[in-house]
Amino acid sequence: MAVEVRIPTILRTYTAGEKVVSAEGDSLAVVIQDLESRHPGIADRLLDESGLRRFINVYLNDEDVRFLEGLQTPVADADSITILPAVAGG
Amino acid sequence: MLEIRRSLVDAMVAHARADHPDEACGVLAGPDGSDRPERFVPMINAARSPTFYEFDSGDLLRLYRDMDERDEVPVVIYHSHTATEAYPSRTDVTYASEPAAHYVLISTRETGTDDGPYELRSYRIVDGAVTEEAVEIIEG
Repeated sequence: MAVEVRIPTILRTYTAGEKVVSAEGDSLAVVIQDLESRHPGIADRLLDESGLRRFINVYLNDEDVRFLEGLQTPVADADSITILPAVAGG
Repeated sequence: MLEIRRSLVDAMVAHARADHPDEACGVLAGPDGSDRPERFVPMINAARSPTFYEFDSGDLLRLYRDMDERDEVPVVIYHSHTATEAYPSRTDVTYASEPAAHYVLISTRETGTDDGPYELRSYRIVDGAVTEEAVEIIEG
């Protein structure tokens, strides 16, 4: 299951500047594990003890995974995953 | 330094006034590598709050796809403070995630929804450090 993952500017330090990388896995959780094995350190920027970090948005194709099954969201071949930090503040 | 056209400043200030007392937010997109804001993109504050702002997650995805297609980046990320000065709050610093962007803050605390003097300041926010920069307004 190869998927493309779009990486936001602030995380490209982990991907040698690449905007789009590939990863494998049949769920988002496994894809993130695979990303971590290829780009060490990136998982900690996406996850905390409770799961996906509150101010990190992850989309499967056009849908925020929070409205799907979160980290358990199934991922199929040729799906596209987009990571975007929230634009937020006080 | 941020160089910005007067019409873009006016558009951000008008948005901040229209949404007062809630915080207004949005982006000025510009060509990648230019550091020149060109396209005014007001966003909805999904938090609808006087003390917090957040782009709706669906709107955020559409915004970044749209910018990608146009080969643009968010040159300016702006929001308003409606009861405090135009200086980044601790929350602003915590969530700032575009180190190449100019973070513009507009305070509407003096005039609310009315015309009149406003406070508009610009900052870089990189790795938790805030640096204020000059704003040069170009007529036009």
